[in-house]
Order: sequence, then C-alpha cells, then structure tokens
Amino acid sequence: MEKINQRYRYSNILLRQLVKTDFKLRYQGSVLGYVWSLLRPLALFAILYIVFAKFLRIGDAVPHFPVYLLLGIVLWNYFAEVTSGSVGSIVGRGDILRKINFPKYVIVLAGSFSALINLFLNSLIITVFMIVTGVDVQWTALFVPLLILELFVFSLAIAFLLSAAFVRFRDISYIWEVIMQGAFYATPILYPLTLVPQAAAKIIMLNPVAQIIQDIRYVLITPKTITIGELYGTFWIRLVPIAIVLITVWIAVTYFRSRSRFFAEEI
Amino acid sequence: MSDNIAIKVDHVYKDFKLPHLKKDTVKSLFTGVFDRASTKKGYELQHALHDVSFEVKKGEFFGIVGRNGSGKSTLLKMIAGIYQPSSGSISVEGKLVPFIELGVGFNAELTGRENVYLNGAMLGFSEKEISDMYDEIVTFAELEKFMDQKLKNYSSGMQVRLAFSMAIRAKAEVLLIDEVLAVGDADFQRKCFDYFQKLKKEKTTVILVTHDMNAVREYCDRAVLIEASHLVAEGTANSVSQKYTKMFIDSADKGESVESKDSRWGDEAVTYSKITCPKTIKDSDETLKFSLVATAHKDVTNVNLGFIIKSATGAHILGTNTEVEKMQKLSLKKGASAEIIWEVPNIFNDGKHYIDPAIVYKGNTQVADWWEDAATFVSLREKRTPYIVSPSLNCKINELT
Repeated sequence: MEKINQRYRYSNILLRQLVKTDFKLRYQGSVLGYVWSLLRPLALFAILYIVFAKFLRIGDAVPHFPVYLLLGIVLWNYFAEVTSGSVGSIVGRGDILRKINFPKYVIVLAGSFSALINLFLNSLIITVFMIVTGVDVQWTALFVPLLILELFVFSLAIAFLLSAAFVRFRDISYIWEVIMQGAFYATPILYPLTLVPQAAAKIIMLNPVAQIIQDIRYVLITPKTITIGELYGTFWIRLVPIAIVLITVWIAVTYFRSRSRFFAEEI
Repeated sequence: MSDNIAIKVDHVYKDFKLPHLKKDTVKSLFTGVFDRASTKKGYELQHALHDVSFEVKKGEFFGIVGRNGSGKSTLLKMIAGIYQPSSGSISVEGKLVPFIELGVGFNAELTGRENVYLNGAMLGFSEKEISDMYDEIVTFAELEKFMDQKLKNYSSGMQVRLAFSMAIRAKAEVLLIDEVLAVGDADFQRKCFDYFQKLKKEKTTVILVTHDMNAVREYCDRAVLIEASHLVAEGTANSVSQKYTKMFIDSADKGESVESKDSRWGDEAVTYSKITCPKTIKDSDETLKFSLVATAHKDVTNVNLGFIIKSATGAHILGTNTEVEKMQKLSLKKGASAEIIWEVPNIFNDGKHYIDPAIVYKGNTQVADWWEDAATFVSLREKRTPYIVSPSLNCKINELT
C-alpha cells in the first residue's frame, strides 16, 4: 500500500490540482459562478417539461416522464463532456508537455473527474425533482453506483483513445462531433424505446451508453423502462455491452500507453 | 550503472521526422496509399543528435554547451524524459526535476496564490508541503501584496520572481537547468548565481545548458560541447569553454557571417564596399584597428562616416563619427572612393563583438548606408569582468602605517 502510494504520489498531486484548476476556471468571470452548475439542469428541466410533457406528449405512457427525460440527458451530457472535452486535452496542454515529464494520463483523468463533479451536482437537482414529482424509489436504486462506474469507465476509455489519436490526426475532433450528433438520436434519450421498431431497438441497446441510461432509469425511476435484458428476453445479453466496454478499455489503454511517450514530439 | 554515476547517456541518436506535407489529417492517411511518392518518403529525417555518450557523476556540476540549433536542448529534453531517443539509452539515478522553463503550468487567469499550488504540484509538492513553505516563497519573491491578484496583472518581472522562488524549493537528486534561468535584470541574475553556488555547496547533481562561457568556467566541474548534432569535446569546464570560443573564431574565418538585406539600409548615394577587421584581438593588442572603403555613386558633399560597436548581447558599447571627431569635411565625386581607418583602444570584454558602420550626409539628415553587423571580432581576455567594457587600468596599493 505504501509502495503504491509512493508510486502514484506525483500523479495524485497533479490530478488534484488539475481538477481544482479546471473547476476554478470554469465559471470564472460569471456573476453567478458555481450556481450555473445547478441552474443549467434546472433550466433544461423546465424546457423539457414544457416541450415533451405539455406539447408533444410522446412519453405519456411512461410515469414521471420529465424526470425520466432529465436523467437521460444529464447522463448523456456527462458522456459528451468527458469524450468531446478530451479530444483536445492533450494537445491543449502542449506547452506543459514540452517542458516537464509527467504521467500524461493524468490530463485525461482530470477532465473526467471534472465532469464527474458536474454529474454529481446535476444529480442533486434530479433528486430534488424526484422528490417533488413523487417518484417511488425502490431498493434497486442501490445499483446506480455500479452503473455510474460502468459509464465512468467507458467514457474514460473513449477519452483516452480520442485524446491520443487527436495528437496525430486533427480530423478526429470533427469526426467525433458528427458521431456524437448521430449517437444522440441513436440513443433512447428523448424518445421512449417503444416508439422504435424492435429490430432497431435491439441494435440501439447494444451501445453501452444506451444500456446504462435505460438501466439507471429502470432502477431509479420506473420499472416500466425497457432494459436490454427485457428486450432480448435473456439476462445474458447484458454481457455484450460489458464486453464492449472491456474491449474498448483494453484498446484505449494499449494505444494510449504506446503513444504517450511521443506526445511531446508530435504535438 | 556504477554507484557514483548519476546520469549515463549511452550512444544516443535522435532523429526528427519532418513531413514534407503535413500528414496529420485522416485524409492523408488514405490518399497517401495511392500516392506512391508520398508513401515512399513523405518526410525528411533531421538528425538532431548523432551518437552522443557521456556520464555525469553524482554531485557534479555539469555543463552542456553549444551553439543555437546544435542539439543541446534536444539532449536536455531527452535526459528529462520529455523526448525519447531514437536509439541508445539514457539512465538517470534518483529523482530528476527539469527547469526548461520557469513557472511551468502558470495560468494567467488564476491568482498568484493559486498558481503557487499549481506550479508546486508540477514540481511534485503536495498541498500541505506548499502550505508549509508558502510564506517563504512569497517573501523571497517580494510579492506579499499581490498574491491574491490574477497572474495576468503581474509584470513579467514579478512572474519570473514568483516562478524562481518556486523553482529553488524543488527537491531533487538531479536538476536540469536551461539557460533561460539566467535571463532577467542584474539583481535577478545575482540571485540565480547565488542559487547555483548553493547547489554546488550542497553537492546536488546539476546539468546546466548554456552558452554563457563565464557561467561554465565559474560553476561547472566538467562540460561537453555539442556541435552540429555531435559531441565534439568533453573535459574540464575550462578546456571545453576554450574550444567553444575557438569554434566561433574558426567559423568567422570561414566567412560564415551572413549579410542579410534587412540589416543594411540607406539610399546608397555612398556605400561601404570593403571592411577589413581583425578576427580576434588579444590582451597584448593595444588597439582595435579596422578600415573601411567608402565609394560614392553620385556627387556628395559633407559626408559623415561613423560606427557603433556592440557586444554579443547587442549593448552599444561605443561609437563615433568623423564629425564628432572634428575631421575635415569629406566630399566625394561620383565613382570616387575613400578609405577610413579607425583605431580604438582595446577596452573590450571577453567575447564576440559586432561593428555597425554607417554613412550619413546632408547635415546628417540623410542615411546613405547603415550596415548592421558588418563585421565581427572576438576579444580574448585574461581579465574578465561582468561589465560592458574591461579597459586595462592601473591599480596601486599603498600601505599606510
């Protein structure tokens, strides 16, 4: 334990400072500052409520649809913040990389933790709305941390891949932007999965992000959410998204480790 | 690696691939497949270092010297682990802290206090460790009143002071110091040299990259000289710094001084066509004697010939002209030439110097030829002072009883 502490001491110190700096700089110069972290999901909820619950009424079959929506969007935003934010993160720190040798993964990890803090603040707002709208929380809510962990790991793995690839291929930022736009609609965030043909739904749900969002909705808000297990009619199908996550992690770690030594020269 | 070796650089090569066409888009990955020429050799290899080997002992103050672009900074970055050698190996014993630049990670949008913690983390200090020495850092930097202001409101001098105050707290077995440390005003330089002195006393292993030969002679135990990617000399600080100075004289002999258009201007009514100047002057030379030939390209009257001598750092040491010297007025017909010979007492300090000759006329309102860095000479002096000039002077002590 002592040895591990010693080995990761420098990374640990750096990580803390980078996350702190990131947070300090985020709302600098704005009058309300940190309050924006809470105001943004609040405003989003108001918009969703008006558009989807009052006008479009597409989620009438789902209980607590506005909170259900908000939860999906907050989780998606976390994924988007980690991955899109990571693309330029290594290149953006080029000035430091060229002057000092330090573990490069800390940069990507710091971005991921900043987003996690944001996710935490957002979930406070979600909790408030869950209480206000009278969501009946079950014991299944205990699975939430596990699912968040899956989301954290998957987002981080993609962040490692993107940040390392961007050092050599600057098109990555545009490519990822397009992918994210498509993926937003290919994930059941704004619409209930019942609106999609079953064959398409089966493919959609293999995406770990879709699986995670639906699972969290299921365990936290309403068992009427369609999960991947229910869709395929077997529990074992759950291994597919998990395998996707693990394979992504393996590729990301291998790629990042092999490239990170050359970041300083290639930026 | 044996016990008393701190750094071992073993047959290190470093090549940089310089792409002809910048190949950093995905498209070029695909088009490159079809484009034979670019797949064959889409880049040019630039050899930054070629078979460099040396060892630094523990507790040694070691210099790496060389001209700009010789590869010495690349070497430093490889020792620091920032760049990877193309082949060969570098091993470092103990914790290493590089100072390639002061204040790494400084962020202009953060306050001085926040930057201290951030830069401290870069140097490997935990928050608690920084808090413990925070007052010392601030006092040393003389910035007590400014710590809660944003860094962007600091003057560059204040930023350097803060960064330096941080840097000298770094605890490491091996320190890599780039010459950037020694920029700044005289007061700051003195602090730097005090710090070097302290490191030397504490027997910290230090690698100093510089082209200030005075610093090498004064602080380094040993040094290496890097020239055009090769290690050309290794030995005591004195022998290496002598070789370095000699290298400059040799290259001056080969006529490597470049005349670029930018550094010469005027209406060309009269121009200098020839300048003759010794390459070196020594202690024994009582004067610097140089001559110039001025040729008129149209009829001119009341021509004033002058010059300025500058030090290697660009400081104007002295200058004069024929008018100041109360010489007779010079007039030249078209096509006529005149030679002017200047003799200047040898007051120059050790190092390279530049001569800027100039011709003005029409009551000094019109510049005919202003030629910056037209000639260079190297002054070799036994006596060295850190001031602009170093004239020979007399000194006598009378013991009073």
